[in-house]
Amino acid sequence: MNAPEKIAAQDELVIAGKRYRSRLLVGTGKYRDFDETRRAVEASGAEIVTVAIRRTNIGQNAGEPSLLDALPPSRFTILPNTAGCYTAEDAVRTLRLARELLDGHALVKLEVLGDPQTLFPNMPETLAAAKTLVADGFQVMAYCSDDPILAKELQDLGCVAVMPLASLIGSGMGILNPWNLRIIRDRLSVPVLVDAGIGTASDAAIAMELGCDGVLMNTAIAKAGEPVRMANAMKLAVEAGREAFLARRMPKKPYEAAASSPQAGLIAPVGGA
Amino acid sequence: MSAPIRVVVNGAPREFPAPLTFSQLIDELHLAGRRLAVERNGEIVPRSRFGEARLADGDRIEVVIAVGGG
Repeated sequence: MNAPEKIAAQDELVIAGKRYRSRLLVGTGKYRDFDETRRAVEASGAEIVTVAIRRTNIGQNAGEPSLLDALPPSRFTILPNTAGCYTAEDAVRTLRLARELLDGHALVKLEVLGDPQTLFPNMPETLAAAKTLVADGFQVMAYCSDDPILAKELQDLGCVAVMPLASLIGSGMGILNPWNLRIIRDRLSVPVLVDAGIGTASDAAIAMELGCDGVLMNTAIAKAGEPVRMANAMKLAVEAGREAFLARRMPKKPYEAAASSPQAGLIAPVGGA
Repeated sequence: MSAPIRVVVNGAPREFPAPLTFSQLIDELHLAGRRLAVERNGEIVPRSRFGEARLADGDRIEVVIAVGGG
């Protein structure tokens, strides 16, 4: 019996009552084609994948492959987002279309943006949209700023997960304020997932070591030199970070070394007895 | 033969022979069989109603699909 495997098997991410083995959620944007998207998603081990909702090109669709053929909803939990929405109203409309598109599927990623340069969330509009969506039966995972008070408000409104940014969307700048993420994790009871800003594997591991319940990323994988390989790296990083969190790291001792080798039994110093 | 109806589909003005159901609209747009969702004037048109629901002159229609996104 392998003990670590046993621990991992019991350690599931639960969102809106549904259990997931993977704590890595991935986006499907910015890949070369659907085949690369599918291979990267497979390598990441992700069970939840985000998609965007957009107008279809009229008159250019005959035989055109579709994303949901590459990533069938029967195999993956499809998480439609509201990327590109700047008002609560547009976000709600987009997710109602998504629910119709996905046969009544209720789990959604809400993001209401504040401006096109930073893609920082507009929190008043996010809160307003969350309220409407929860009342309408949606299970809302909300992209948000790393303000612990607003994150708590999203939980209190009924969001099933809260997803603060690590840094700006697509920036790859990593975790700029681990302290706020830690406060949010400690104060909320719903899953807290870091969404946006991850650049490389160590960023994902740090998010998990902070105690976050999961990580959502897209560009860090899609824009890596080898996306499929980076997807595997992110899978390993999320698993390693989670295991390190559960194992509880040693305390930091900045002013005091502690030898790992025995102090006794050293051979005699030169000239000694 | 009634007058054609004028609607806006995904931001572009279009004309179709009337009467026109949503099923016929989807056929006219060569989108039959695709996984999509439709909104009329800001309200969802359920796929279960495509066969009976008819478009009206001046309708603003959005036809959306799932695409790659983060």
